[in-house]
Amino acid sequence: MGEPRIIVHDAATLAAVGREGAVERVLPLHERLWASAALRKAVLLLALGLIWEIYARQLDNPLLFPTLSETLSAMVERTRDGTLPLRAWTSLRVLFTGYGIGIALAAILTVLAISTRLGTDLLETLTAMFNPLPAIALLPLALIWFGLGSGSVVFVLIHSVLWAVALNTHSGFLGVSQTLRMVGRNYGLRGLPYVLRILVPAAFPSILTGLKIGWAFAWRTLIAAELVFGVSSGQGGLGWFIFENRNVLDIPAVFAGLLTVIVIGLVVENLVFRVIERRTVRRWGVHS
Amino acid sequence: MTALLEVDGVTLTYKTPQTLVTATRRVSFQVGTSDRYVLLGPSGCGKSTLLKAVGGFMAPVEGEIRIKGRRVTGPGPDRMMVFQEFDQLLPWKTVFENVVFPLRVARGLSRAEAAEKARDYIDKVHLTRAIDSYPHTLSGGMKQRVAIARGMAMEPDILLMDEPFAALDALTRRRMQDELLQLWDDTRFTVLFVTHSIAEAIRIGSRILLLSPHPGQVKAEIEEVESVRQSEGGAARLERRIHDLLFSEEMAEADPDKAAAHG
Repeated sequence: MGEPRIIVHDAATLAAVGREGAVERVLPLHERLWASAALRKAVLLLALGLIWEIYARQLDNPLLFPTLSETLSAMVERTRDGTLPLRAWTSLRVLFTGYGIGIALAAILTVLAISTRLGTDLLETLTAMFNPLPAIALLPLALIWFGLGSGSVVFVLIHSVLWAVALNTHSGFLGVSQTLRMVGRNYGLRGLPYVLRILVPAAFPSILTGLKIGWAFAWRTLIAAELVFGVSSGQGGLGWFIFENRNVLDIPAVFAGLLTVIVIGLVVENLVFRVIERRTVRRWGVHS
Repeated sequence: MTALLEVDGVTLTYKTPQTLVTATRRVSFQVGTSDRYVLLGPSGCGKSTLLKAVGGFMAPVEGEIRIKGRRVTGPGPDRMMVFQEFDQLLPWKTVFENVVFPLRVARGLSRAEAAEKARDYIDKVHLTRAIDSYPHTLSGGMKQRVAIARGMAMEPDILLMDEPFAALDALTRRRMQDELLQLWDDTRFTVLFVTHSIAEAIRIGSRILLLSPHPGQVKAEIEEVESVRQSEGGAARLERRIHDLLFSEEMAEADPDKAAAHG
């Protein structure tokens, strides 16, 4: 018994142990390269392209299945003469209109939903009703109401964006922790400033998910809608481009149109939204 | 002279889906300027509910809460809260922005004034190193320090602390308690502190209000808590006496929270 003994390890002994082996070592080059998902996917894409080219050459029937090089050259040609960019721009312009109005309506609906109980009921009933309905199913009706113009497409687009964004935003608002709500009210915030400065950023991961889903719905719906009713006042979009070229049996151009649809979708989903995600939810450490 | 905070015969109730629970019954106490006033009691004594009522987050069904003679009717930045939960910082703002934000929106300070004050208080809690970090990169203790800096920077009439160190590990908790006392030595702010740990109450408080549970009622008030530091083993003796006071009647009742009541 007696006093406890304390044996102090001094810094010199610790340092000597530390020198014996390096703490970090750089991995060999091929391991580092293979760790990059982008590179692995690029290799995969190249392989698929190669398979496509070989198969299409063996088939040798450009009316059914053009080769990759034919598709690419059609794409370059149509880009150079301006048709493809023009068609893409027409599509995107309609899309932005519908997407923007859809988000604005979703914002109004969700603010209504969090401020009154009746608003909540309204939102829940409407989303339950319209969410299962594919937006494109409304197109025939929209054509009767708004005529053969971009008005009916915008109407359908709004419908495809609104419910996804409203549903996600609302569930995001509901998920904001009691503590954060109390912090906001402690600052004396209420009404719209409280929603904008506390609820919206706190619910942003859900809101972003809603925006992504809304975008995906809208893009697919738009192309489908253009395929169905095509052109108005000589200004068709990408869907119409595909349809039109199929009618004149310019199959490489059809493929080029499809490829453009894919590329635009990829760019928005993987670049635009990825950047927003990196700047917000990833930086804040709140991504789910 | 009237006290800074007067809690006057306050009865608080809250609803669960099935029942109406009385959290506190006719609790009265007064907190003076620069008091470190601790509300101490076992779970179910309504101490946190009481603190929320002072914060203005719930209204008493009976009695009145006054701060500097004004009746408390809702939450406001004159009573800054520090919560137990680590998620009380806004995750989309850095440490600096978290402290600046209420200074700008609630106190209406200019950008420069707010920035200066924020830097000052972040320095006081030794977080200048992490000033541009986002909350998710901080440890629990650091997050609580930011919350304390944010509360103090507002220079509220009273700082309300709801078991701010309860979710920390024991070593960090000890350090945070010492740092809080040091900060108090610097600025002499008024604080209302809720805890279920007798040891923490004795370390932190200058006055302690003992509450008994179901429903919360005042059991005893202890003044001049600091005097125990002068005598050898004084804190331990006081701890024993508080323990006996709190549990004398419920000795028969097994209280699972007792195990957690050691800070």
